[in-house]
Amino acid sequence: MEIKFVEASGEVHHVEVEVGLNAMEAALQNGVPGIDGDCGGNAACGTCHILVDQAWLASLDTTRSEHEEAMIELIENAQPNSRLACQIKLDEALDGLIIHLPEAQF
Amino acid sequence: MNAQAAAEAARVPLADIDVSDPELHRRDVVTEYLRRLRKEAPVHYCANSAFGSYWSVTRFHDIMQVDMNHRQFSSDGTVVIDDQFFSGGHIENEKKRSSFIVLDPPHHTSRRSAVAPGLAPANLLKLEAGIRQRTQELLDSLPVEETFDWVDNVAIELTMRMLAILFDHPFEKRREMLHWSNVVIGFPGDGVVESWEHRNRVMTEIHEYFDRVFKERRANPVGHDLITMLAKSEVMSDLSPAEFLGTMTLLMTGGNETTRNSMSGSVLAMEQFPGELEKLKANPALVPSMVSEVIRWQNPVSYMRRTTTEDVELQGTTIPKGERVVIWYLSGNRDEEVFERPDDFIIDRPNPRQHLSFGFGIHRCLGNRLAEMQLRILWEEILPRFDRIEMVGEPTRIHSNMFRGFHTMPVRLHRKTNA
Ligand code: FES
Repeated sequence: MEIKFVEASGEVHHVEVEVGLNAMEAALQNGVPGIDGDCGGNAACGTCHILVDQAWLASLDTTRSEHEEAMIELIENAQPNSRLACQIKLDEALDGLIIHLPEAQF
Repeated sequence: MNAQAAAEAARVPLADIDVSDPELHRRDVVTEYLRRLRKEAPVHYCANSAFGSYWSVTRFHDIMQVDMNHRQFSSDGTVVIDDQFFSGGHIENEKKRSSFIVLDPPHHTSRRSAVAPGLAPANLLKLEAGIRQRTQELLDSLPVEETFDWVDNVAIELTMRMLAILFDHPFEKRREMLHWSNVVIGFPGDGVVESWEHRNRVMTEIHEYFDRVFKERRANPVGHDLITMLAKSEVMSDLSPAEFLGTMTLLMTGGNETTRNSMSGSVLAMEQFPGELEKLKANPALVPSMVSEVIRWQNPVSYMRRTTTEDVELQGTTIPKGERVVIWYLSGNRDEEVFERPDDFIIDRPNPRQHLSFGFGIHRCLGNRLAEMQLRILWEEILPRFDRIEMVGEPTRIHSNMFRGFHTMPVRLHRKTNA
């Protein structure tokens, strides 16, 4: 499957990913800049903050876990479509997903 | 591994191991005791220490679990092992719950968010040029081919210059912040604080200073310094005087004792692992990854303490309610199940950012980006100037179970030949 990362500058990265990875891993494995993933995907660092493209909000289960919610609450300029990339499991239904990257991770 | 220290750690009966003893930290043998705990008792109970009984958590993933679980492992009131530490002097102007590091949600969230913009990447970008300039000036002023103390002349000096920028404090008075910071974390008889009354006097002085500057900047909020950023936030104006002081001193000490020791640690690391310095010289693009590895390897904050709010089971052991639980970052960062050759300094590890030094969860270090930036700038400026920072004597370490750092580090600089 393929997903698309859009940097704050507008630069686009199309990446081919394996089903079953999470979006943080997909970015890291494909050298997409702007996602750090310091905690290795435990929703404990907030350095994989992304914004889900508006058009995809409906197809994505947007319920945040308690940990994810707590970390997002501390992110400056978090938006209603903010998610932690490590908490988005990529499955076939998300083929073509568009993810926007914030200007910087904190 | 330090064989002698490992033998020493092996001789102590498991139940008698007390990794909170600052002497083990000063002698730098505590890592061997922690290695033994990781292996034999990853959730270890120490019944008797100078600070009372406490539990130690030493494996990487367990530490992460505890750090994330702020409901059962609370930070409310204190995050240091010594309950007396902040109240021993019965200081009126410094009560419990004085800053967000010792608060749980919901209060934690708003207070932390008030400080965050000042330390966020966008704001740091505005401070970077100033920090780089002061770093360059300092490095250019250092004696070459002559022995001097790296700790006082570079690590402390640079940290003070940075804090002066961060707080927009007069440059000539930067060492005042060092004194204040030492008093805040000090206690009578430590060589800085004479008595609790003395400490109380200085704390009042600090409060008056920050209060005055805060009001000035609220009236005229033009700078990008931390105090101006705070002055713009509504939450800050609602804080009690004690909480205001607690927040300011947290920012002052948080940015002081930690980064300076990582700066010195980076020099020690390069001395002990000269091959890594060669790697870095050959490929300066490794600086950011080297910075993360320094922060893992040096591990400037050894632990955080939590208090259980109910009985909690961890690794098959039940920790009762109301107990002190110490999560040893210093141990988790050396966990052999997570890191290959954990004691070695390797600047091109896979996933160098995945270390524990900043903590995880809602109390994760707010100054992480600033710390990384300072270390990055330091090495970006060292590389074109010096061939090597030679250690010409054993460094001495500080007597602290919380901060892992150095008193002195005699060095000699060798200029780059083609510079
Ligand atoms: S990788 Fe740490 S929160 Fe996603």
